[in-house]
Amino acid sequence: MLSKLQIFKLGFFDVAPHLLSVVPFGIIFGAIGIELGFDPIMTYATSLIIFGGASQIVFLQLLSGGASSLIAITSVAVINSRHLLYGAVLSEYLDKLSLIKKLFISYFIVDQGFAVSNIYLKKNSEQNFNYYHLMGSGIVLWFCWQIATIIGIFLGSIVPDELGLKFAIPLTFIAIIINELRKLDHLIVMIVSGLSATFFYNAPFKSYILISPLIGLFAAYLILKIKK
Amino acid sequence: MTWTSIFIAGLITYFTRMGMITLIDKDIFSENFRKILNYVPSVVFPSIIFPGVLLDDYGSLVTILDPKIYGALTAITVGYFSRNVILTIISGLASYWLLIFVL
Repeated sequence: MLSKLQIFKLGFFDVAPHLLSVVPFGIIFGAIGIELGFDPIMTYATSLIIFGGASQIVFLQLLSGGASSLIAITSVAVINSRHLLYGAVLSEYLDKLSLIKKLFISYFIVDQGFAVSNIYLKKNSEQNFNYYHLMGSGIVLWFCWQIATIIGIFLGSIVPDELGLKFAIPLTFIAIIINELRKLDHLIVMIVSGLSATFFYNAPFKSYILISPLIGLFAAYLILKIKK
Repeated sequence: MTWTSIFIAGLITYFTRMGMITLIDKDIFSENFRKILNYVPSVVFPSIIFPGVLLDDYGSLVTILDPKIYGALTAITVGYFSRNVILTIISGLASYWLLIFVL
């Protein structure tokens, strides 16, 4: 029988390989925030309050480009809606916990932590305190993300504008979805949304960021229909 | 204004994490809705990638010779074969800088 601390450490070690991508991503985010013209405290605050890398970049990018708050906030909601899926899966394992614990653990649910802890929880669903694995992976990721953002903020203040660091934004997102490129249905949906976004880019209030995903989701819906 | 937006965005994000665990019965999502949610990353991120590569700072289409296009193609190729996040970003940036500063 493993102790709480041992399970927590397992979560830590299982998620450790992912830090290789999380830490540089956090540094890039911090640097981009400064590059886009936000002050260090505001850039850091998004890491503490929103704590969702991709959505933080989009949020600052849209606001700096003149989008309304409503558009920026809605985009964050759309991007982070994937957490609903994670929650639906995890709720099964967290069922017996007190409300306070559930509220606490929820804050630390992120992609990489979910990925590794879900595997552990599936294998050890009967074990007591198995949720400590989720806390181990989540808290480590949280901690490294905070530190990486701060490092990025410092670097962003010394990196010259000529480097065109803004180009790191599309590159980072290419890296995030690169594995989906292998699936034909996802590839079609990506091209449809990407071209729509380019076409609608000059629509008022930067609304392209909501219009094009909707067009993409409609394409996905059609694909699902045809598959049946 | 920006601070208010950060707090609202944070609250909504927290809700996406906490909602299914504490408040909502997970069975309210139909199988079809879950399948559609799976496509969210594939529709959101290209909506940022394509304009970021194909448009300039003023929202006009770039030419076929733009360094960003070759940076993106390098990143896609390297990412596809290496499956490595950091290598993808660095190769894209490196080829972009190479075209801007060296050639």
